[in-house]
Amino acid sequence: MSIYDSLDSINEELRKCMKCGNCQAVCPIYKETRQEVGAARGKISLLEFFLSGEIEMTKGLADRFSLCTTCMACNNNCPCGVRFDKIILGARAEAVRKKGLHPVKKIAFTALKMQRLFDLGMKTGSIFQGVALKNIPNRYSKLARMRVDIGIGKNKVFPMLPNKTLRSELPEVNTVKNPKMRVAFFTGCMINYFYTDMGRAMVEVLAENDIEVVIPKDQGCCGIPASVNGDVDSARILAKRNLRAFDKMGADALVVACSSCGSAWKHVFGDLLENDPEFKGLADIWAEKSYDISEFLIHKIPFKKEGLGKVSRKVTYHDPCHLNRGAGVNKEPREILRSIPGLELIEMKEPGRCCGMAGSFSLVHPDLSLQISDRKTADIAQTNTDTVATGCPACRMQLQSGVENANLDEEVLHTIQILAESYRAGKKEGKSI
Amino acid sequence: MLAREVLQELIQALGKENVLSEQEDLMTYAYDATAAMKHRKPDVVVSPLSTEQVAEVVKIANRHNLPIYTRGAGTNLSGGTIPTEGGIVLSMLNLNNILEVDQDNLTATVQPGVIIQALNDEVIKHGLLYPPDPGTIATATMGGSVSECSGGLRGLKYGVTKHYIMGLQIVLANGEIIRWGGKTVKNVTGYDLVALYTGAEGTLGIITEIIVKLIPAPEARKSILAVFDNVDKAGNAIAAIIRNKVIPATLEIMDNVTIQTVENFVHAGLPMDAEAVLLCEVDGYKEVVEREAVLVERILKEEGAVEVKIAKDDQERDLLWLARRSALPALAQKRPTTVLEDATVPRSKIPDMLKAIRRIATKHNLQIATFGHAGDGNLHPTILTDDRDSEEMKRVHLAVEEIFETAIALGGTLSGEHGIGIAKMKFLDWEFGEAGVAALRSIKEALDPNYLMNPGKIVRRD
Repeated sequence: MSIYDSLDSINEELRKCMKCGNCQAVCPIYKETRQEVGAARGKISLLEFFLSGEIEMTKGLADRFSLCTTCMACNNNCPCGVRFDKIILGARAEAVRKKGLHPVKKIAFTALKMQRLFDLGMKTGSIFQGVALKNIPNRYSKLARMRVDIGIGKNKVFPMLPNKTLRSELPEVNTVKNPKMRVAFFTGCMINYFYTDMGRAMVEVLAENDIEVVIPKDQGCCGIPASVNGDVDSARILAKRNLRAFDKMGADALVVACSSCGSAWKHVFGDLLENDPEFKGLADIWAEKSYDISEFLIHKIPFKKEGLGKVSRKVTYHDPCHLNRGAGVNKEPREILRSIPGLELIEMKEPGRCCGMAGSFSLVHPDLSLQISDRKTADIAQTNTDTVATGCPACRMQLQSGVENANLDEEVLHTIQILAESYRAGKKEGKSI
Repeated sequence: MLAREVLQELIQALGKENVLSEQEDLMTYAYDATAAMKHRKPDVVVSPLSTEQVAEVVKIANRHNLPIYTRGAGTNLSGGTIPTEGGIVLSMLNLNNILEVDQDNLTATVQPGVIIQALNDEVIKHGLLYPPDPGTIATATMGGSVSECSGGLRGLKYGVTKHYIMGLQIVLANGEIIRWGGKTVKNVTGYDLVALYTGAEGTLGIITEIIVKLIPAPEARKSILAVFDNVDKAGNAIAAIIRNKVIPATLEIMDNVTIQTVENFVHAGLPMDAEAVLLCEVDGYKEVVEREAVLVERILKEEGAVEVKIAKDDQERDLLWLARRSALPALAQKRPTTVLEDATVPRSKIPDMLKAIRRIATKHNLQIATFGHAGDGNLHPTILTDDRDSEEMKRVHLAVEEIFETAIALGGTLSGEHGIGIAKMKFLDWEFGEAGVAALRSIKEALDPNYLMNPGKIVRRD
């Protein structure tokens, strides 16, 4: 039984917890609220009281289970090796089974499932976003703030939606002259709708390394927003759709530039479809050949170092939780950045501390998300850099919002964008010689 | 159920955001880090932002005759923060400022919600140290640590919390605010209430400000590991080190059961058949550390250690300590429930205590692993069990009682550093006699006549 189907599978995980409270030392939520329910021990206890029948699954209980960014910092600090990320997902799935899904989330996840409708909505959004969003002057990107508070606060800064989504902008197959490999690119929603610049940089860098990039048209949302919120049914539908889409196109490897999408392909699809005879095998095959882009560039191909041009940036790198603790990828992005001529990498204090975005967490708990973000922004400010690099579009959005609100002159980019910039600079340098 | 009136008064005093009354929140204050304890939900949880607000809460509690359970991070191991009679849990976590670091007087003034590690992070900037280092240093609060008088690994050389508390601000059980002690090294004015409230487990009043003593941080340190094929030899080695006038900062022991479990867990290179290992750290000026390390190595060999290892650098040091740090979590993995005791004996009795514990384990057919602070006589016999198995739990309780009996018979004490709380309350007369318990009760009733301050802990109400 997977954690998504029954609490039985996390029972032993619960028994491991000896209530020492070490999770308090690293929990970003507990640090802000200083309430027991913030840290893992509080929610583990609640789940135990629920299992023993002492309390019932109430809306209040489901709300408490929403207090987790799934940053996995407590996993790493737990002397007993409790996998709290599994426990919290199991608890949320149980809450949905018992109490149903929050109506707003229900609408959101239904939209994610209906790809064409969602596309249309986002397209309409890109035309009419000016109605709800107010532009803010920024020399790096088109940013905006909510004109009215719709319950998520007015402090959050969003990137403006581009006119065209990435998948409608780029061809399904991006050929190169002498391809040494064919790689499928899972764009994820944020890159497809918001950060098309990241997606273009992906294709650019891979082409530079003689890799043909396939971007299957039928791909959709990875389903993580649904599975972390306990909407297992929607997550399964999305997992299957994506597996079908990629299987149809075929590729030697699959790359992502989003840490959540990466965890979907590497673990979650397999867990969700554990009892699905048709799809489990397929999920495992793709899990085996799924890579974060930095992991792929370092371990799978050794990326081309000749042709890298000078990029004069002082960069600090923020570790996305699911890339760092989730997939163990933290050296690779730094290795890429260090290989770029002219670039200086300056570490911030606690680069692995959660930025507080955590997908829908930032929508459900906007104040808390902002408080967590403020600590991160303060750490960034201390580095005196001009660029923040990261490996996840969701973190990018949060970091961008943070530095904008703090009036820091920092450009926030994905590592791959800086690498693309370096290849471009290299070409220019080549021409001028 | 809390009367609506009380809730309104609390909200008025503290603001809505600092009062929790929903069942889902209350349940998370029904327990602490103590294993195999009955939990109990409080009626309300409040988080004051000032000493005055604490006093206000105490007055409200008095008006309505409600008990107050003061709580920091809830990491204690004696059931000390469980609200056994419902009432108010007073969370001190919002009082979390370091008010001052005074380099001239070598003191720091902190609020009770400051995490011990946060204080150390601050004072190390000035080359100073606050030595008490319980295992929960990264989570436990100063208020909780002072109230439990926590110890730690450095007790042998540096003492425990009570040796570092110079002054307190206290909200008394009647809501009055007093200050006692201060920044002076010498102070004999009146009864020593600072000493009384340190380790009082919140049963006499509420600590709202703490002045602690700081010391210059030691410049260097060196760790040494010694392996023994015989517990007596290890015990003699401990005595021999001290006899030779070396006072290590830390002198830890692990018995055979612990060694085997830890080795399976972290593979730190401990010999599986060893009967005991000693882990020793000397610190101080570089020259002194060099000299003492060599001396300790010689003594350990003379006392029959099968193997002695000195860590060459920080990396090797960390590896040695990984084994010790992993002791409890490794043991906790073996069975669902880990009952951790802290009975303490004079250090010369360590071998006797270790042997007695092993006898008790055999007698009651239990798995007991022992590790701990051998240098200060504070052992942690750890019973690995399952609280769902009521027959086995009966044997666990019998074994615990025999461990206490033995410790007292050897001239030791029930608790070295975890406190009495609920867990050891009923054994107090073994150590103090009835007259002693009555004296405790007189003090309790003088300062908290209505039993509102953490009732059900240390002193039982007749």
